[in-house]
Amino acid sequence: MRGGLSGLSAWLLQRASAVYMLLFIVLTPLYIWQRGVNDYSSWHMLLAEPAMALFWALFFLALIAHAWVGVRDILVDYVHSLILRLGLLTILAVLLVMMLFWVLGVLLLNSGVVV
Amino acid sequence: MNKRASPVFLNLLQIGMPVTAIVSILHRLSGLLLVLALPLFVYALQQSLHSPESFAVLISQIDALPVKSILAILLWSLFHHLFAGLRFLLLDVEVGIQRQQARKSAWSVNIVAAIVAVTIIWGCL
Repeated sequence: MRGGLSGLSAWLLQRASAVYMLLFIVLTPLYIWQRGVNDYSSWHMLLAEPAMALFWALFFLALIAHAWVGVRDILVDYVHSLILRLGLLTILAVLLVMMLFWVLGVLLLNSGVVV
Repeated sequence: MNKRASPVFLNLLQIGMPVTAIVSILHRLSGLLLVLALPLFVYALQQSLHSPESFAVLISQIDALPVKSILAILLWSLFHHLFAGLRFLLLDVEVGIQRQQARKSAWSVNIVAAIVAVTIIWGCL
């Protein structure tokens, strides 16, 4: 069906987000350890730094996009009723967007940009 | 669609699955599990940043054995999904696409994911 992600852009989005997340998952724990974060105060201040918050926000954006493509693939493969599939895809989209707003809110709140 | 009565056999429990099929379906299942765990992950991040008190509560919650067990399963899911995904990325550029190579790389994914998972889990949890 047309509309929504075409096959090639979905594939690219899935791969690109995967690569970013891979780099993030490997480098971030090392960086956190290297910065000597070991309690609430250092953790809170590290994530309040604009660059750090940005990298984390991008990670969650990549995660949401990656999850969308992945679960959509599963639904397309196993849910054959068009109406049911569209309904589930809609619910999935709403939940993922909620997750994204939630985590962006957490990061912004932590940086003191939003109160 | 062809309406000839060709034989159909779809008993998944009796069809002999090659290791590549196992890795592939585990890749899907681990991904789904991780998506389901996403709200937990965001909640944990929120609690870790909210206040020193909520941070301390979170740490003590993670120390509980049931929570550690769930975390261990999620970590193993993550590593399996990650290494299986890497294998798919390589297959995208046709590295290891011959059947024997594909089977070897599938076995490597299972083994490496398990080793890394056990190492990280044992080291951190």
